[in-house]
Amino acid sequence: MIIDADQVRKVAHLARLEITDTEAAQLTTQLTGILEYFEQLRELDVSDIAPTARAIDVSNITRPDELHPYPHPETFLVGAPNPEGDFFKVPQIINTQDVEP
Amino acid sequence: MTSAAPVKTQYEAVIGLETHCQLKTTTKIFCSCATDFGAPPNHQVCPICMGMPGVLPVLNQKVLEYAVKAGLALNCQIASYSKFDRKQYFYPDLPKNYQISQYDLPIAEHGWLEIELVDAAGDPCHKKVGITRLHMEEDAGKLVHGGSDRLSGSTYSLADFNRTGVPLCEIVSEPDLRSGAEAAEYAQELRRILRYLGVCDGNMQEGSLRCDVNISMRPVGQTKFGTKVEIKNMNSFNAIQRAIDYEIERQTEALECGELIIQETRLWEEGTQQTISMRVKEGSSDYRYFPEPDLCAIELPAEQLVQWQSELPELPAHKRHYYETELGLSAYDARLLTDDRVVAEYFESTVVAGGNPKQAANWIMGDITGYLNNHKLSITELALQPQGLAELIVLIENSTISSKIAKDLLPELLSRGGSAKEMVERQGLTQIADPGTLTTMINEVLLAHPQELEQYRNGKTKLQGFFVGQIMKKTGGRAEPKITNQLLVQKLKG
Repeated sequence: MIIDADQVRKVAHLARLEITDTEAAQLTTQLTGILEYFEQLRELDVSDIAPTARAIDVSNITRPDELHPYPHPETFLVGAPNPEGDFFKVPQIINTQDVEP
Repeated sequence: MTSAAPVKTQYEAVIGLETHCQLKTTTKIFCSCATDFGAPPNHQVCPICMGMPGVLPVLNQKVLEYAVKAGLALNCQIASYSKFDRKQYFYPDLPKNYQISQYDLPIAEHGWLEIELVDAAGDPCHKKVGITRLHMEEDAGKLVHGGSDRLSGSTYSLADFNRTGVPLCEIVSEPDLRSGAEAAEYAQELRRILRYLGVCDGNMQEGSLRCDVNISMRPVGQTKFGTKVEIKNMNSFNAIQRAIDYEIERQTEALECGELIIQETRLWEEGTQQTISMRVKEGSSDYRYFPEPDLCAIELPAEQLVQWQSELPELPAHKRHYYETELGLSAYDARLLTDDRVVAEYFESTVVAGGNPKQAANWIMGDITGYLNNHKLSITELALQPQGLAELIVLIENSTISSKIAKDLLPELLSRGGSAKEMVERQGLTQIADPGTLTTMINEVLLAHPQELEQYRNGKTKLQGFFVGQIMKKTGGRAEPKITNQLLVQKLKG
């Protein structure tokens, strides 16, 4: 196995996904299958190829610093589960290690 | 038998600062929303900064320009290839659940700035502080915690995303600082530079300049770092200094008692003047950085860099050096005058217009600053132009007017501006230095006060001041004091 159930549970936690032990076992098998494809890619020698973050080689795309306010900012609040006045109300923040950096 | 007391271990602090500076742009870093402070909550938002699916962030050209200029001013190497990355974490102030930042290829690295300190003898000394890196990123939103002032104890929070996507430049220093005073001076110099560049207003109260401190202690001579503690929540330079001094004392005491320092984040509490534990860091967080696929890489053309380099203003450290070595000002005066670029420029224009540097410095730091403070004005709004101030200084220097008269003229000059020279001529305020004219006036004064003259001649020499006063009254303060006194003494002695 390339990945074990503990790693799957950790990744799920980082993505805030709740999974059962059965799902963890199932996902471990499935992810292993997917990761094996990437193992195959390792057979290629890419030592003299620079890493790339995107397929299209474009750089220096910027926009001018011009104000174009979005005409309907209130739509976000309308769609929120729990607005309070102009604010989005969010549940109590629990102090864990994954807090505000 | 007495045993020698064990040598007490001396500890030194190792301090580095992470500074977040809000860049002074009109719009956000990746969208065209406004960045103004103080708008009603959630009014300066759009699908891009709210992290809606399918949107395309595009870098604000001004953000790039400001970050590069800041990098150049901090003597950094500007990256030939730079990119953005996603830093993933979950927190209610972050609508996308990731922050667009720069990870392994920041726009600028390996710089330094020089700070001016005062040594034990009270003399100015200099220290170079390394800049590890400078990168661009977006700010998160703002949370108001309900049911309590602080996060702990609150039962819910209210999120305002106006600040989400506001451009920041994070500047990380090397761990070169050794005391609260050094750290505070570093932060001030950094702010001065950013303000000179016009890229950040440096307002700590509004949060446009935020400093986080990393501090650890180690025995003097040891090269390995001790366990570091992060301090947050300082909103003035003074607070930075006091928080560090408090932490040095706290950690030193703990080490002397054989306790271990735990890696944690602590908050500076202004009310109690101490740091309190906020959370314990359990290893490094897993942010799973990966390249931001929606933004292109940055490969600045050489001519663009040359262009921006050429637009940099003269920086405060350079000005201080020039004022001290070429203009003969004290380190204190140089520091005060260069704190704000517009004041320094006013001073320099005055000197160029012929004003004696020391006199110009005194007028600007004294009467002019007082006037500006009283009227809540910036020196750029002052009616009195540098040319006018220079004229005033020259008029005193060549004894055309006394400094007393100069002070009398000042209120009108400050509020209405104009030429000091013309004002002096118009109001007939030219100093009277002609011995003939002065002798006549002295004779008149002595004739008018025979009683006092007699008292003087009988030994009450203190009355000389009375006669000077009478002459000044008669001439409207225009009598040249030195010559007047000489002539007066001759006449008084008969």
